[in-house]
This record gives sequence, C-alpha cells and structure tokens, in this order.
Amino acid sequence: MAAYRIGIDVGGTHTDAVLLDENNQVLSETKSSTTADVMTGIYQAMHEVITSANVACEKIKYAMLGTTHCTNAIVERKGLNKIAVIRIGAPATLAVKPLVGVPDDLRAELGKYVYLVEGGHEFDGREIVPLDEAHLYEIAKELKGKVDSIAITSVFSPVSQAHEERARDIFAEVLGSDMAISLSSEVGSVGLLERENATILNASVVNVAKTAADGFIQALKNEGIEAKVFFGQNDGTLMSVAYAVKYPIFTVACGPTNSLRGASYLGDLSDAIVVDVGGTTSDVGVLIHSFPRESSLAVEIGGARTNFRMPDLISIGLGGGTIVRIDENGDFSIGPDSVGYRLPEKAMIFGGDTLTTTDVAVALGKVELGDPAKVAHLDRALLEQVYAKMVVLVEEAIDKMKTSADPIPVILVGGGSILFPTELQGASTVIRPEHSGVANAIGSAISQVSGQIEKIYLLDEIGREIALQAAKEEAMSEATQAGANKDTLVIVDIEDVPLAYLPGNATRVRVKAAGELKQ
Amino acid sequence: MRKVGKQEIEDIAVGAALLGTGGGGDPHIGKLMALQAIEEFGPVTVLDTDEVPDDALVVPSSMMGAPTVMLEKIPSGEEAILAFNQLEKYLGEKVYATFPIEAGGVNSMLPFALAARLGMPVIDVDGMGRAFPELQMVTFYLDGISATPAVIADEKGNTSLLSTIDNVWTERIARAATIQMGGSVMNAMYSMRGKNLKESGITNILQLEEQIGKTIREAKENNVNAIEKVLETVGGFELFQGKVTDIDRKTESGFARGIATFEGTNDYKDETLELRFQNEHLLAQTKNKLLCVTPDLIAVLDAETGLPITTEGIRYGSRCVVIGIPCHPKWRTEKGIATVGPAYFGYDVDYTPVEELVNEGGRK
Repeated sequence: MAAYRIGIDVGGTHTDAVLLDENNQVLSETKSSTTADVMTGIYQAMHEVITSANVACEKIKYAMLGTTHCTNAIVERKGLNKIAVIRIGAPATLAVKPLVGVPDDLRAELGKYVYLVEGGHEFDGREIVPLDEAHLYEIAKELKGKVDSIAITSVFSPVSQAHEERARDIFAEVLGSDMAISLSSEVGSVGLLERENATILNASVVNVAKTAADGFIQALKNEGIEAKVFFGQNDGTLMSVAYAVKYPIFTVACGPTNSLRGASYLGDLSDAIVVDVGGTTSDVGVLIHSFPRESSLAVEIGGARTNFRMPDLISIGLGGGTIVRIDENGDFSIGPDSVGYRLPEKAMIFGGDTLTTTDVAVALGKVELGDPAKVAHLDRALLEQVYAKMVVLVEEAIDKMKTSADPIPVILVGGGSILFPTELQGASTVIRPEHSGVANAIGSAISQVSGQIEKIYLLDEIGREIALQAAKEEAMSEATQAGANKDTLVIVDIEDVPLAYLPGNATRVRVKAAGELKQ
Repeated sequence: MRKVGKQEIEDIAVGAALLGTGGGGDPHIGKLMALQAIEEFGPVTVLDTDEVPDDALVVPSSMMGAPTVMLEKIPSGEEAILAFNQLEKYLGEKVYATFPIEAGGVNSMLPFALAARLGMPVIDVDGMGRAFPELQMVTFYLDGISATPAVIADEKGNTSLLSTIDNVWTERIARAATIQMGGSVMNAMYSMRGKNLKESGITNILQLEEQIGKTIREAKENNVNAIEKVLETVGGFELFQGKVTDIDRKTESGFARGIATFEGTNDYKDETLELRFQNEHLLAQTKNKLLCVTPDLIAVLDAETGLPITTEGIRYGSRCVVIGIPCHPKWRTEKGIATVGPAYFGYDVDYTPVEELVNEGGRK
C-alpha cells in the first residue's frame, strides 16, 4: 500500500506545500502567500497541491506541518494562555526571580501568578530541601478558575525530575487532568533561568498550538484525507500532535531547519553548507550528518533568553528582492532593505521602478525571468561590479560558517537561489537541485523521528563508556516512543562537556537518536 | 564617591568579562542578581580607595565552586549576608565596605548584589585585576594577608568558619566543604584593613571595567570598530585575528583545561594560533613564537562586536581577535610569577612581558 506524504511549511512570507510519493519523489509543489490568519494560507496551499497532483486522497497517509504559529504568537503577544509560573528551589534562587530580564510587556502578560516554592535538587541529585507539598496544594486552590496553563521549573530537574513530577501530580489532582502543565525537565537543559523562560513560553502557547493542530486536522478532513498528522520541530525531526500541543515551543525554529533538511535530501548530501536565498535575506547553515549544526549561544525568543538548541545560522541582508542603489558617481550599495514579496510588481523586469538584485542578474543574462528589455539600458560594466559584490557577500558568509579552509559542497535553495552562480569561492561544488524553491516543505515532509536526552553523569563512578552507552540507550528509547522504527535508529549527535570545579569528573552528556517513521 | 545604577552595572559586566580572560564563568547571572538588588534597594555607592579610613574593616564578597552550578542553583541572596554576619560576629566588629576579589565573571558582580541589600558601599579595587582560578592567587596573598578567618555559607543556612595555617589549606578545605554544601557557596574571606587594601589592592578597576563596557557599547552604537578602542582603553596589543578551527577540552582535577586552535585571517593568513586555557586563557603562541603568557592577560574578542568570549563560549568557526594586556606590576614580581606564572600552571616557558614579546615580532 503506497503511503504518500504531504509537507507544509509556513514561513513569514510564503506558505509552501509539497506532495511526495512513497519514494519521496515530488508529485506536486506550490508556493503561496502566507495569510494573516495563517490557516487560510494552509488550506489554499494544501488544496492546490492535492488538486494539481490528481491523486487519490486515501493514498495520503502522513501530513507534516512546520509552522510559525507559536513564534508569531510569542512575538506579537497574541492569543497567549493565562499562565501560572511555579519555581521550585527556594530558599535558593531568590536573588533572581522568574521573568527578570524578560521584556516588560511579556513580563506583565505572563507574570501575573508567580510562586516560589521550597524544594529542588543539588547537582548530584540530593534534595536541597524537601518539597513543600502543603504550599503547592495551597497554590493549586488559589489558582482555581484563574489560569489554564502552568509552567513548573525545579532546580536541577535535568538531574532529578522528582519534584517537578510531584508538583504536576498535585496540580492535576486539585485542578483536574485537563489543566495544561509544562515541566521544565522536558523542555530544556541545565541553566535555570533560560530553561524556566522556555517553559513559561511553552505554557503560554499551548492554546495556540491546539488551535493550529485542530485546524490542520480539520483542513485535511475537508479534503477527504485520513492522514496521521505530525508537527516539525526545531531539530528537524517530527513530533506527534499529542506531543506538539503539550510542548509547542519545540516548533519555533522548524522553518530554517526544514530548509536545511530539505536541501540535504534534494542535494543528496549529508555534509554541506546550505544557502537558503529568500526575498529579503539569505540564511547560511551547516549540515552535519544530514542535520543542522546547532548554535551554542543563548537564543532569544520574543526577547526572552532561552537555552534552546537552534540551527547555527548566519543571515545576511541579501535576497532576490534586495534593493540596489546606484548614484551619479557610479557608487553603489546593496540592501539591506528589500521589496520582499512585492518583487512581482516592484522589480524593473516586471515593469516596476525599483532596481533589485534579481534585475541585475537578469540584465547580465545570468537568469531568464521577466522582460530583459526593461533592464537593457543599464550600464553593464557597473552591473558586473554589483553582481561580483553580491557573490562576494555570499562567499564571505559561507567562509564564516566553515570550520576549515578545505573546500566543501554548497547547496543553494530557496526562491532566490537562481541569482547565484554554480561556482563559488571555497565551495568544492555548488548544487542547485530541482524543486529547490520548496526545499523547506520537502524538509518538513521527509522529517525523521528523534529522541534526545541530556544528563549529568559522574564519570569517576561509572566510567565514560558506560555513561555514554546508558545515554544512547535512553535517547533511542525516547525515539522509539516518539514513533520511530527501531531498526532505522541512528545516533545523530553526541556531546559530553566536563563541568569545571566539580568532583567525580561530573560531565554533561547530550545524545540524540533519530530514525525513520514507523510505517 | 559615586553612585552605580543599572546602566553602569551593564557596562561593568562587559568590562569584567573581558578582564576575566575567558574565566570566572558567565557574568550574566551575577549581573541579574545585581540588577534585581538595585531595582529593589536602589543604586550602590562606590568609593575610591583613598576615601576608605585606614582602620576600616573591609571584606570582599565572592563565590566559590562551579559556575555551572550557580547557573542552575542561583543564590538566594541571603548567603552572602549570612557569611558577612558570621564573620562580623567572630571578629566582633562591623564591616565598613565590600569589594570584588577579581575582575572576572560572576565575582565581579556579587559585591554589588550584596552592597545594595545591605546599604553598604563598594570600593573601587580588587585583588587580581583579572581572573584566576585559586583563592591564593590574589595580590593580598603576595603581601602576606591571610584569607582567614573566613566564612563560607550556603543557601540552606549552613556556614563554615575556617581558620587555617595558610591560604593553600584554606583553598583545600573550603573546596571540599563547597562540594558537600552543593557545589557553590558564598565567601567572606580576605578580611583586612583599609590600609592593607590601599597597599595591596589593584585600584580603580571598576572604573576601567565600566570604561571598557562603555567603549564597546558606544562603538556598536556609532558603528565603529570596538576592538581598536578597547586596545586604547586597556593599553593592550592585538596578538592575532583568526577563526576557531579546533577546540579540545578536558576536565583535569576540577579544571576545564584545553587548547583552542585559530587559523589566521586578514594579516595573519597562513598562521596558526594555539591558545591554552585552564578556566582562564593562560598562554597564546604561534608555531614558533610565544605571544603572551600568564599573568599577562589574554582576551578573546568577537571580531565583529568586540564582546569578550569565555573559554566555554569558544566554538568552531567563531571569528575572533585575540588581544594581550600587560598585567598589574604586582604580578611581575618574583613571588607574583611563582604564584601565577607559567610554571605554576605547568607550562614549560619563561615569563616574558607581553610588550617585549610583541616588540620582538615587530607587530603592533
């Protein structure tokens, strides 16, 4: 029985959709504008991709959605849940209270019910003090009818989850099992404030995620499709709807990740640099073993510092709609502003009045698009200089992401990728694969299922080998639970960082396993 | 006398991270503690050393333990007060003012968090002018000032009073107790008189930190190169420009040791820099030439923003400028070199001041 999959990627400007057959070959693709309500754009893209492929609906078994719903809600502070913030760790941690350092408007929105409760653990798993259960019961009663989502963060919960889990049980007992509860140990890693912020943000977009999931499922039903639905997450792997509505924060960076994963698939390369050229910017990322290299820096979401693992990207202000200015002396500048999605009306080759990077490429015969006659009058020698500069900008960005001087393959994707030549400095080859315009939707459709763990081990007690083995097994078991086929599991990332000033050779180990979706 | 509010704290944190030469942990958490305390209790008074009476009892406020632990188990704010109270009780005297023990990481910020809560002044001085990993590595030690009597305190309310025969024993016992107390404690040690502080401390360090932070902030606002301005501010030298191509870390006896390799860019093309660190950056050399070695300061700055990068923050592909800064003359004495020179950290090179090393190479 053939199982087709539909992949949708909602970005800031475009909503892309693809339909893939059982061998992941593209049957149809579409690119349409993202609508203000997001959902309408999804309906349209989905309808179009299904209609144009002309396949029987029952063949579509999987539907993957990568969306900016949650990111937008946080950035715009719209539709957020009414939440309570519980930190377990007093008397420790009081010197920096929850939401300190978060922008005032977000703090006002999310900081209405903040509680500090005694409890928490030491780095080695001992209790700092016993959990104050009586206080938790009191808080739970107080919160009745006031909030619909709770964020719980306990000190060193990545080492011991016991207090967070007990607190969850108490809230469920008093407030009912329907109450949305986010545990920090499931959201982030060591680093209390960043993990707490991430958990708070997670709690605040539970409703948004639920609405998006319901809408997506309904849209599929409207098309007569009975498919299993997945959400794309930051690390390029999938999560079930049940998990996505519980931990929606994992969807916030799926867009760039999907582009990188899609590029890897289309270019048939596991290690490469990917340049995703959009209308306004180009994002340059690195593929290692088919996954994005992750940033080690703190990531801000809506102004709140979190410790999420995000794809390590650099973004330059150079895309297909980037405005080129030339003055009387023949001096020129490129961007960083862009005509963006208005390229079809603004660019000179389409009869507009603004000189864009796309016009430059067309005038020089690098790209066939629009009406070249409309840019034929421009000074060719000067445009050659502009074009050379555009190429240098991309080459510099590529060089910044490389870890050695050795040439490395480069994959160009995105709507604006046609601008660039197939030879670039520092690249061993330059690939611009077919369907590269919708690489992100393809990345969404082909995603794997993963499991990840992060824990502190005392290597003096059990040794490095045993610790790594234990961590690997846990990560693989997480992946299997998430829906991966056990036989296809591979450890895709492993990192151990020794912790300074601690005895017993305490080391933080992080392992990620990923595998194909179980059919 | 002057007042330090939130903006000054932001600037001092950046300057302290730079002088922290990669160590001392991320000052972020200390900065948030100081900001919250100032928000609740108001700005902090900063005194110059000559405003402090010779007989005043002064005590630095610092933490001991793993910075990683502190990022997770943030202090309650009461530990430092408890440590100071216990010490006052033992000495039978009130503390007049506090100051930072080192110009690096979280320890540069903690005195402000404490001072705001207690309404106590902070003195513009420290005991390193940079960061070092062990507690005898202070200029006070060079002048024979004892770390004890000392108190360490945890958030649970435990305190431990240490009275030891020398500072090396203080380090040993305090570190063992710290582990049992949960991996991170607040200290009240190196109590001394105003007179000692004037003779043995490194003065005006907070001013320098604030100036560095301000320089980097304003360079960004005005879109000019921060690094040139920083070099002017600190009297330092550019050692190298490059990209991190390898980073090899391991933990040995509680220290984050390792080597970072940079491949040269711009004027340094085809050269390779090796940076050795043990919590702090301690030695920088190219294939055939030593560029800078402890106790002189080695800071790794982001090539674009000029912001300092910690040893934990060094990552593949980062574009950096490595700079060297002459240390305080107190460290260049025989006892200074014996305490914090290359030999102490196990490096088989002789100490040569950075300005001489740079001039040998003929590069500014």
